[in-house]
Amino acid sequence: MKYQTPSTSKEAAVLIQGERGQAFVLAGGTDLMVRMKGRFVEPDLLVDIKQIPAMQSIKKLATGFRIGAAVSAAEMGENTSLKKTWPGVVESANLIGSDQIQNRCTIAGNLCNASPAADAVPALIAAGAKVNVVGPQRRRTVAVEKVITGPGTTSLRKGEVVEAITLPKRPPKSGDAYLRFTPRSEMDIAVVGAGVSLTLDSNLVIKSARVALGAVAPTPLLVPAAAQAIVGTKLNKAALNLLAQACCAACNPIDDKRGTIEFRTEVAGVLAQRAAKMAYQRARGK
Amino acid sequence: MMAGTLVSTMINGDATEFVCQTGETLLEVLRNRLGLTGSKEGCGTGDCGACSVTLDGRLVCSCLVLGVEAQGREVGTVEGLADGDSLHPLQSNFIKHAALQCGICTPGFLIASKALLDRNSNPTDEEIRFALAGNLCRCTGYDKIVRAVRATATELRKK
Amino acid sequence: MADDPKFKNRKFKAVGTRPPRPDGLDKVTGRAKYGADTFAPGQLVALVLRSPHAHAQIKRIDTSKAEKLKGVKAVITSKDLPDVTNGDRDLYDTLENCLARDRALYDGHAVAAVAAIDELTARKALKLIRVTYKVLPHVTDVDAAMKPGAPIVQPRVYTRGVSPKPKSPSNVAKVSEFGHGDVEAGFKAADVVVEKSYKTEQTHQGYIEPHACLASVGPDGHGELWVTTQGHFVYRNTCAALLGMDVAKLKVTASEIGGGFGGKTHVWMEPIALALSRKANRPVKLEMTRDEVFRSTGPTSSTSIDVKIGVKKNGTITAASAELRYQDGAFPGIWAMLGAMTAYACYDLKNVKTIGYDVLVNRPKVAAYRAPSAPMAAFAVESTINEVAAKIGMDPVDFRIKNAAKEGTKSSYGPTYGPIGIGPTLAAVKKHPHMRGKLGKNQGRGMACGFWFNFGGETCTDLNIGVDGTVTLTVGTVDVGGARASLSLIAAEELGIPYERVKCNIADTGSLGHNHMTDGSRGTFSSGMSTIFAARHAIEELCQRAANTWEIPVKDVVWHEGNAIAKGKKHKQLQPLSLGDLAAGSENTGGPIAGHSQIVADGAGVSFASHICDIEVDPETSATKVVRYTVIQDAGKAIHPDYVEGQFQGGAAQGIGWALNEEYIYGDDGRLQNPGFLDYRIPVCSDLPFIDTQILEIPNPNHPYGIRGVGETSIVPPLAAIGNALSDITGVRMTHVPMSPPRIRKAIKEKQA
Repeated sequence: MKYQTPSTSKEAAVLIQGERGQAFVLAGGTDLMVRMKGRFVEPDLLVDIKQIPAMQSIKKLATGFRIGAAVSAAEMGENTSLKKTWPGVVESANLIGSDQIQNRCTIAGNLCNASPAADAVPALIAAGAKVNVVGPQRRRTVAVEKVITGPGTTSLRKGEVVEAITLPKRPPKSGDAYLRFTPRSEMDIAVVGAGVSLTLDSNLVIKSARVALGAVAPTPLLVPAAAQAIVGTKLNKAALNLLAQACCAACNPIDDKRGTIEFRTEVAGVLAQRAAKMAYQRARGK
Repeated sequence: MMAGTLVSTMINGDATEFVCQTGETLLEVLRNRLGLTGSKEGCGTGDCGACSVTLDGRLVCSCLVLGVEAQGREVGTVEGLADGDSLHPLQSNFIKHAALQCGICTPGFLIASKALLDRNSNPTDEEIRFALAGNLCRCTGYDKIVRAVRATATELRKK
Repeated sequence: MADDPKFKNRKFKAVGTRPPRPDGLDKVTGRAKYGADTFAPGQLVALVLRSPHAHAQIKRIDTSKAEKLKGVKAVITSKDLPDVTNGDRDLYDTLENCLARDRALYDGHAVAAVAAIDELTARKALKLIRVTYKVLPHVTDVDAAMKPGAPIVQPRVYTRGVSPKPKSPSNVAKVSEFGHGDVEAGFKAADVVVEKSYKTEQTHQGYIEPHACLASVGPDGHGELWVTTQGHFVYRNTCAALLGMDVAKLKVTASEIGGGFGGKTHVWMEPIALALSRKANRPVKLEMTRDEVFRSTGPTSSTSIDVKIGVKKNGTITAASAELRYQDGAFPGIWAMLGAMTAYACYDLKNVKTIGYDVLVNRPKVAAYRAPSAPMAAFAVESTINEVAAKIGMDPVDFRIKNAAKEGTKSSYGPTYGPIGIGPTLAAVKKHPHMRGKLGKNQGRGMACGFWFNFGGETCTDLNIGVDGTVTLTVGTVDVGGARASLSLIAAEELGIPYERVKCNIADTGSLGHNHMTDGSRGTFSSGMSTIFAARHAIEELCQRAANTWEIPVKDVVWHEGNAIAKGKKHKQLQPLSLGDLAAGSENTGGPIAGHSQIVADGAGVSFASHICDIEVDPETSATKVVRYTVIQDAGKAIHPDYVEGQFQGGAAQGIGWALNEEYIYGDDGRLQNPGFLDYRIPVCSDLPFIDTQILEIPNPNHPYGIRGVGETSIVPPLAAIGNALSDITGVRMTHVPMSPPRIRKAIKEKQA
């Protein structure tokens, strides 16, 4: 197995495209190394992206935040500005594994690992995040919900590397939240996850919203019907009920070692309601 | 057979060089090549924390770090916790509070506890519990571990 | 034996104190050496090829390509471990479990193994081994395995314990019946009869240290094994028997052990390491991965249990019965038998009957797990006890107190009890502030009782006095959680010297007589007893040396607080001789001074516990959290209270994990779906509250200090205590463990419907 530490995104893309065998990006390694340990993958090339300057930092731009692909979840939690603007996104990243994992794992890795239960992804979808992709020839930007195509598969082409994830500029009176259900209080994979991002008008009526669910379908889901259920409301009981109904209706889960269809479907509605309430309170500035 | 890679690091403050295969984890290097067997493999998948070390001061599972990634970086292991013949207060308090039974998880708990106290000198019990959630102990029910960490925090604040 | 009537008035000096443990420093500095922490010159790395099938015929194993790979030094299959078991059925089962012979019996069953110069080479070699399987029908559920037409797991197994002797093989390996009185008459006499059925899923001990060993065997038939084990003497005997070696020529050294809880009482892959080493004539290191630990070592049984209890309106139980079906994995065990024995051990019953069915399935061979089989039986019985109490409108603690076993009760499994702790633990529950603590929103409270037999067994101990008067205590029971501290305290107590002057070592098998393993909560009980006898033996010698020095008859010498004292006025000019004085002069008074003891430590006192638990349940998601927990248990005598508390807390934590989340999940294909710590969910630090403990001391009359084993009982009550707390808050009786959120949710909805 070869190990390379390129210093530019393009160099990384070229290395991966040029590999005849199996090539993998190594960011935090918290998923990849587990798969290597279990011999589920046996890479011929690892491209460690942690020495690429463009991937190493969180930047606050006029257009929003740009989070480099090699930035760890812990570093996101330490960025007060990011945390203040996108508390739900940061919380979702900070739910991935233990402190040990936090210090290594990245949201780009969480996305590219393409698990239906990835914690960061519903929050990123709710936030309307975009993914900056660098290929050997060209760059492109893609909506985060377009990246995962199925369990373990993405729309990235061979040689394409995620350089950063960007979060849009935040209007005033906005809030987001992510909640997940796990049997244990820590160190678990989401049985259900729900992310909500919303913006209020001056009368505290929800002006716009995005709702996303995790672990209830082959991919994390953007649920426009759930957003519609709460837009134009102050999140009253009726709106919350419609929100839960829309979420449950969007679920297409499986029975597996982590949960049942019945449980996931029901709890998806419960968590979406709770996340919406939390996002609403945050948008109100409470 | 592919040639190994030469890696230069600082381990517990000492300049250390080793040769390893690219597929080897930092844990394997520490244990099998450098004789630092204080870090343990309980799972190899980042779920138990028995292999916890610090990498440039950050707490990580050494089973999820490649040996080659340690190039130019600083690694801290349980073997470097004591200062000569004086134990780190966490070490003394783990003994005093009977915070270990079999002891296999102890090195990982010590490293994780130190990482916690380095950034939070006055953690609540809940903060201690969540900071140590990445370290599994099957013997103690965590009761005496949390007490030992709390006692250490109190002791260190008095210093 | 060893019945000392004076222990009750005995004032202890060392025993009952909490000094630092002697192995503490090594364990906080990373210096302690566990199973995987030792290396030998020229050692090879071994890896095991395991069956991916739950049940398959092994038609052919082609190892030729693997053998030809450069760097591979040995490849073995069952042919390299020929059957030398001489008709010993249990030993043959162990042999077949170590390395599959004509059939693979479960997902993870070892099929072949390689030893190579490094892991990379060994891994390549494993891939070159070609196994031709014919997949056979399998069964993994205990109830399904008992149905007619179920795939037969072991054609050589015919049901034992029934007459006439069956004519065809069966998955029911053994039927065991216990009890007394007339249960049918008892049920007729009852005002209320409650019948309930329960299921519990399979759990694993979950020790953090995977199995690991370093084996070295030469063509001369001599060998050494360094291994993480609860019983190196037992491992030696088993390995020697399986490899056809002489017991004396295999030296086994127990490493520090990173948890066992019963799982390291059986050999799993050690004979493979020895066979590889013998074939390669090189030292071989073999470490299991976590995946292998889950798939291929011995978890505890999954069960299916029916309980029936009849009661008078005044609260007297008139009859109790139970049918307990426990799966043993692919090899016969005694697990249902133990369940049937323990089920009603807490109660004083006129009419009681339990039947245990030990059932074979295509899962790994079941091993002991802390009070093996008792937690599941207690879950079924203690849950039903609460249902019965509710039916007659009686407080569940009062109901238990009314029916609790006491001294003189004929136990449900046969023997008549001596002084026991069930009554006192229940009385302590009634008085405990926890029972009066205010419950918060969405919180409920439950309690339950538990029992374990405890065990004694073969024990051999040496005590050597150094020239400076310090004492080397050499024991043969592995220290799983602080025993060296406890045994040092006992030696210090008996000799009348400070704790700091005793050093306790665990001997290898070449240095001491046979010792049974550390199981059955016997470590401190039996090695403690043997230490006392060894110390007394040394004291006899010390008194003799003093007599020789003083030139007086030995009958005039007594040992008191670390000194030989000459009795009587006629010797009043003789100054006491301390242990140090006698040690310093030993060269001239007869040479080295030592004590020795070799015993079967009989009379392990039975142990009881009562637990109280508060839980909080999210009304919308059924997420469950234990918010307060109290363990009350009889220790007989707590030698080192810190480590007694530690046992109470650790057992409770394992029971809580079992109750709420831990389970083996098999797919329809018979493969284990969650062989890792991510999806086999043992409690993490943030899942648990502080676990309060109350140590009761009802002395065991069969031990000089009154010690009872303390290690196991604490895992018995939590399943039912949590089930009862769940019932308190949700109104739903959970009958399926683990009581995971999806199961609780479903049960609540079914009740609402």
